[in-house]
Amino acid sequence: MDFNQAIATKTKKQKKRKRIIEISIVVGLIIIFVIILPSVLPAFRLRLLGRFLSLAIVALGIDLIWGYTGLLSLGHGIFFALGGYALAMHLKLQLPDGQLPEFFTLYGVRELPWFWQPFYSFPFTILALIIIPGIVAALLGYLVFRNRIKGVYFSIITQAALLVFFNFFNGQQKLINGTNGLKTDTEKIFDILVSSSSVQRTVYILTILVLIVIYYLGRWLTSGRFGRLLIAIRDDETRVRFSGYDPTGYKVLVFAISGAIAGIAGALYTIQTGIITPSVMNVAFSIEMVIWVAVGGRATLIGAIIGTLLVRLAQTFLSERFPEIWLFFQGSLFLIVVTVLPDGIVGWWRNYAWQKLQLLLGLRSQTVTYPSLESDFEVQQEKQKLSVKDE
Amino acid sequence: MSNKILEIQDLTVSFDGFKALNNLNFSMNSGELRVIIGPNGAGKTTFLDVITGKVQPTVGRVLFNGNNLKKTPEYKIARMGIGRKFQTPRVYLNLTVRENLNLVCNRNKNVFSTLFKKPQSTEQRTVAGLLETIGLEAKANAPATLLSHGEKQRLEIGMLVAQSPDLLLVDEPAAGLTDEETENVGSLLLALAESHSIIAIEHDMEFVRQIANDRVTVLHEGSVLCEGTMEEVQNDPRVVEVYLGEVPE
Repeated sequence: MDFNQAIATKTKKQKKRKRIIEISIVVGLIIIFVIILPSVLPAFRLRLLGRFLSLAIVALGIDLIWGYTGLLSLGHGIFFALGGYALAMHLKLQLPDGQLPEFFTLYGVRELPWFWQPFYSFPFTILALIIIPGIVAALLGYLVFRNRIKGVYFSIITQAALLVFFNFFNGQQKLINGTNGLKTDTEKIFDILVSSSSVQRTVYILTILVLIVIYYLGRWLTSGRFGRLLIAIRDDETRVRFSGYDPTGYKVLVFAISGAIAGIAGALYTIQTGIITPSVMNVAFSIEMVIWVAVGGRATLIGAIIGTLLVRLAQTFLSERFPEIWLFFQGSLFLIVVTVLPDGIVGWWRNYAWQKLQLLLGLRSQTVTYPSLESDFEVQQEKQKLSVKDE
Repeated sequence: MSNKILEIQDLTVSFDGFKALNNLNFSMNSGELRVIIGPNGAGKTTFLDVITGKVQPTVGRVLFNGNNLKKTPEYKIARMGIGRKFQTPRVYLNLTVRENLNLVCNRNKNVFSTLFKKPQSTEQRTVAGLLETIGLEAKANAPATLLSHGEKQRLEIGMLVAQSPDLLLVDEPAAGLTDEETENVGSLLLALAESHSIIAIEHDMEFVRQIANDRVTVLHEGSVLCEGTMEEVQNDPRVVEVYLGEVPE
């Protein structure tokens, strides 16, 4: 029995060491992204990076619903757009009393539509850009999951919903300026021009903070029993039911969280792009979001961020130098990931590359004669007990 | 009044006119270990599907501890105390053995309590005890995908027990096992039978002989052909005709 205790304290020590390493990595990254990069990169590049980072936030949301829960959503553009529009509407209303955003007069609208009214308030807007996408996702999810629709049918339904929203937003000139979308660059936030470098830099830093918060939210959701249940739902939903869990509630909650995350990302993306149009709800963009997660590695969280940044940076780099080959590159990238790296970059690193590297650097010794001893659990248990005894 | 844990009355299940179960009547006492045998297509698996709520009866009703299970979703039936083991072992391959058990052990399976509540120490002790019972202590932290077929079977039975059900439904636990593993599973079932009611469906006659110390029910073409001790059943000419004729005795 005291063996078990000794082993427990040992693993506790190891955990503590891991935690210290992790905190230093996070702090290092924050220094690089918050202090070094803004002073090195030109404003235009920094803005681009900020947009990529906000896209990484959506990717985290998709990783939760797809990587962990196994539901491939092709409709995250909806939630992304809802968040973006919520913030853009608030920015559009930063006008002297009695004035309307100019596009309204173009279509002969004299009075502000009712649903624009609450967006005068900044706190309401912040709440709305999280809660509205969340509620839409929850409703859509409830209808779909209650009827036990899953797999390809779920993907098709989310894509169909995406098209419905896309066409609806495109057609509503009098409400939200239709295809032209809402331009935010020329508007003011707290009486400062949105496109000014001070606002942009603040939003950039805010994006990094939000990304970190959402990452840890994802970690928290997926680490405990709840997270293991999500994996269980992904792997064998029927078994989950027969174990006394109702998967519907879990799936609705995760889908809603994932939608809310996409909404936040959409708002951050919009303010750093300068405009939101219904085109963020085109089919290809929502599929691209899924590709980022696949490239980085499903069910790894950090992979979603890495995948998004890599694909987007590669896209910028390649389409600037060789505009004609970017599409081929994107296609081949997807093929490579699916065929050679089914677990994505992070999965490959964890399952294969890291161990190889450790061997090469001599950090880990390999049993040559009976390599199977390394993977025999009973042998490992004995080994662990003996090593504790020695100390 | 005898204590009936399960009563099935005039049960018929038809799929597009095909009657998988036909006017079936069945009852068992609490604490019993009942083995159900029958040739392929006799409706054994459908029988379990109906009890667990996966399939709704076309006619008739299923009473568990006196409660009608009609239109009760699977997860509620599971919470009422019916656990089911599937034909092929179904465990969560990407979770470790301990995590598999821990998930099922959870006392409150609502979304928010699963999210916010830490596993209780009593639950952790239950898991530790179960690991010992099913003999997988050394592999507690190994992902279930690394287990052998027999170990997965034992893990799944452990998961059933973790649910602390009153009634265990076990579908062909010996399928695909070596003789030694079969024996292991058999004694595990017998040990469990001391504190649970169990329905075991089985093909393997050796295995049936090992565990059937109580009554055996023979299903044929969707209804009960006969019922009795293993001895009686084996000597029933109708059974010999439809099923046991092939078994050397």
